[in-house]
Amino acid sequence: MAFIKAFGDYLPANIVTNEHLAAQLKCDADWIFSASGIRQRRRALENESIADMATQAGRACLQSGGVDTEQIGLLIVASGSSPRRFPGPAAETAMKLGLPSGVASLDVGMASAGALYAMAIADSLAGRYGNVLVIAAERMTEIAWREPADANIAILFGDGAGACLISRDEGRAEIVDHALHSDGSFANDLRLEHDGTFLMEGRGVILQASRKLPAALTSLLNRNGWSADTVDMLLMHQANQNLMNRVAQAIGLPQGRMFSVIEQTGNTSSASMLIAAAEWSRQQASLTNKRIAFAAFGAGFHWGTMLAQGV
Amino acid sequence: MTERDQIQQVLGKISKTPLPAHASDSLFDAGVLDSFSLVDLVAGLEQKFGIKIPDSDLNPRQFDSVERIEQYLQSRR
Repeated sequence: MAFIKAFGDYLPANIVTNEHLAAQLKCDADWIFSASGIRQRRRALENESIADMATQAGRACLQSGGVDTEQIGLLIVASGSSPRRFPGPAAETAMKLGLPSGVASLDVGMASAGALYAMAIADSLAGRYGNVLVIAAERMTEIAWREPADANIAILFGDGAGACLISRDEGRAEIVDHALHSDGSFANDLRLEHDGTFLMEGRGVILQASRKLPAALTSLLNRNGWSADTVDMLLMHQANQNLMNRVAQAIGLPQGRMFSVIEQTGNTSSASMLIAAAEWSRQQASLTNKRIAFAAFGAGFHWGTMLAQGV
Repeated sequence: MTERDQIQQVLGKISKTPLPAHASDSLFDAGVLDSFSLVDLVAGLEQKFGIKIPDSDLNPRQFDSVERIEQYLQSRR
């Protein structure tokens, strides 16, 4: 198994509060908070592309890890909101980051679970490629706020990017195990069409996530002889605070061991787990012996879990 | 106690909102269920009726009224 060497993130400067959004959507600001746990989110500038945000998060991650662009063997970029059918933002991000010409880059276009999947792929490929830079970047407001906007969906989303450097040789935490899952039975319940139509059957998504994520987390913990009360921090896709609380409660995680940034960032889809990880990581002087669990669930449905232990 | 009584008992435990007048009325429209209490309803039905509801059966519309819940439980026999 490989190591997590560093995290990084980028949030656009433009803050959109619940009050501002409520006026736009003709709903109540307090309802937004009670339904989602979100108070504000960021919105990318009009000319700020997914590759631009990915580049900023990637740079922050490389700086945090003390790694030069010349040392990157592979770039993986997760994004479900990329405006083009192809190419995805990976190759452009590699160029903007200044990775050496010819370094491989891979797009993972699966929305919310994308960062977790990309980390698992990076873990598996680090033995061949050395340092693998994983970035997740999303411009969800452009999609979710498109007229006619559905307030139940529009209140949730924000823009941003997160990054994680996975290294073959050394890092702050060693990846212990991971498990990836998919179930296409509900592919139409959460989808973005090519014409920009965004559809989310919230009830079904929450129902499936509330069942599948705790089951997957518990299974991975058991497989590795970990119990929930030995997990120091759960870093998960910041979908909705109420859902996150349910997942933590369902696996028996002690209070205070799930890190959340959703109040300040909203749901940034695939970027959200790494944005949370970057913020949490900045607050930790040391990760030594800390047990970290990652979890994400999203369109597909795709979901996954990962365990790592500080070194 | 009939099966309908048992379903209503489960609903009563997860929501303080009165049940709608007719068994065919939507529990979501009546405010008895929302996205999160739906999760509790499924868990409550599993416990009350000693069944495991597979993820493939978790279509919210299947649990939208007392009548539909009854029909679902009957289909499991």
